[in-house]
Amino acid sequence: MAAIHLDDVSVDFVLYQGSARSLKKTLLRSSTSGVLKHDAHHRVTVKALSNFSLTLEHGDRVGLIGGNGAGKTTLLRVLAGVYEPTAGRIRVEGRVTPLFDLGLGLDMDASGYDNIRMRAAYFGIDADEVERKMDDIAAFTELGDYLNLPVRTYSAGMTLRLAFAAATSVDPEILLMDEWLAVSDTKFLEKAQRRAEGFVNRSSIMVVASHVEEVLKRLCNKVLWLERGSVQRFGPVEEVLAAYHAHVAAAGSVGGGS
Amino acid sequence: MPCLRFRKQSADVYDSGDRGQPERAWEDLLDGGRRWRLWSTLGWHDIRKRYRRSVLGPFWLTLSMAVMVASLGLIYGTLFRLDLENYLPFLAIGLATWTFIASFLNEGCTSFIDLEPLIKNVRIPMSLHILRVLWRNLIIYAHNIVIFAGVAVVFGIWPGIGGILLAFAGLGLLLVNASWIMLLCGMICTRFRDVPPIVASVIQLLFFVTPVMWKPELLGDRRYLMVLNPFYHLIEAIRAPLLGQLPHWENWAFGLLFAVAGWALTFAVFARFRKRIAYWL
Repeated sequence: MAAIHLDDVSVDFVLYQGSARSLKKTLLRSSTSGVLKHDAHHRVTVKALSNFSLTLEHGDRVGLIGGNGAGKTTLLRVLAGVYEPTAGRIRVEGRVTPLFDLGLGLDMDASGYDNIRMRAAYFGIDADEVERKMDDIAAFTELGDYLNLPVRTYSAGMTLRLAFAAATSVDPEILLMDEWLAVSDTKFLEKAQRRAEGFVNRSSIMVVASHVEEVLKRLCNKVLWLERGSVQRFGPVEEVLAAYHAHVAAAGSVGGGS
Repeated sequence: MPCLRFRKQSADVYDSGDRGQPERAWEDLLDGGRRWRLWSTLGWHDIRKRYRRSVLGPFWLTLSMAVMVASLGLIYGTLFRLDLENYLPFLAIGLATWTFIASFLNEGCTSFIDLEPLIKNVRIPMSLHILRVLWRNLIIYAHNIVIFAGVAVVFGIWPGIGGILLAFAGLGLLLVNASWIMLLCGMICTRFRDVPPIVASVIQLLFFVTPVMWKPELLGDRRYLMVLNPFYHLIEAIRAPLLGQLPHWENWAFGLLFAVAGWALTFAVFARFRKRIAYWL
């Protein structure tokens, strides 16, 4: 059974590029809400997550909300194991499928079939499993013989279908998504949604960062509201969304949220 | 039974706090090696991508290397007053091996930077990226060493089975060294982005001070200038047996020393900074 435990996790980024001072100014001027401070070597650091604790269990479908720089992407990358926390501990049980970038590893010169295989290889899926599912994936793309041609000959819509099919071909235990997959083609959209929802339903735990409330309401049973790298509120969808709206409205009336 | 449980755990459980950083670094190296199917596929894929839609594919490299060996062989053979029978085989191996060294040094520096999208999206052992880059350069090396085979046939050189085996052992020594150099340079260059140009100019310098074009004997009394150059030993460990000579014991001694010291240093750095690599990108 899949499970995720974060215990007092902190993630600090040290900013190296450019002069720290001017960079600090730039960052403060923008609406970034991460916490800037100086470390022992007088470098500017951004605390992207601070003392973050969270437990997710089987059946949790979590939507992440929060302003820009609240730490949504960082949290997803910590869950994916890309960023190992600078302090604290994370334990993830179950196969993690991160879907942050639909086009990850997409090679325009390779054939559609090769791209599907490659994508699976990145996620550590063994070759036999991919071959078993190949017919299903191929059917979903509706690309037919095009799958033997290099991806560069595809239209944008076809490329999207391929990427989507390849990305959702594995059975996820823990599914992480940054922004709900924006799909444009309307006929494809319905089909993609069905597949994506099937994909989501097969997962044991899902975490998705999205600004689209309709998506959160339809897919999630919990919402995690992040602010400045910590949990502002975590609970049932309607409740947290209501609190979030109240907060945004209040901040708006005070002026600019600063 | 406990062994079985451990294997299952390592596949599906990721716990950032269940072991220390040295164990984690060690596990990264082992995992990278274990997933050889992925890095070899990706390495091949890189090559295919580079040469797709060209008729000769990677043999373009073979061709350009052949032209280089032939023209440099004629000019420098004349300058150094060496007969071609003696100089061309020497040059063919030296240039192919040097090209391999220069490219793994260069690409080792930028491997993490180039693979940033992958590193930031999926948890894959860091060593796997290095192995992928090393593998694709090894494939190119294999295409370039063909020139030596051609030259050897023309001049009737046969190193013997023993010589070939010894050359392969020399290649192994080079690869063990290449992997730590690439891992270390990859980390340093990801953190300090102005290092890759420095490395590029150091490589150029190394080309001239390493006996690739000129024969080691020419240094005469100043042999010590060369003995301190690890790349001389690594090249010689491959070149000498292919030319039907035994490598000097120094070549292997220094090569091994370089490997052990280098890996010790690299492992210490890797254990300390492995998890920062993704943050530096």
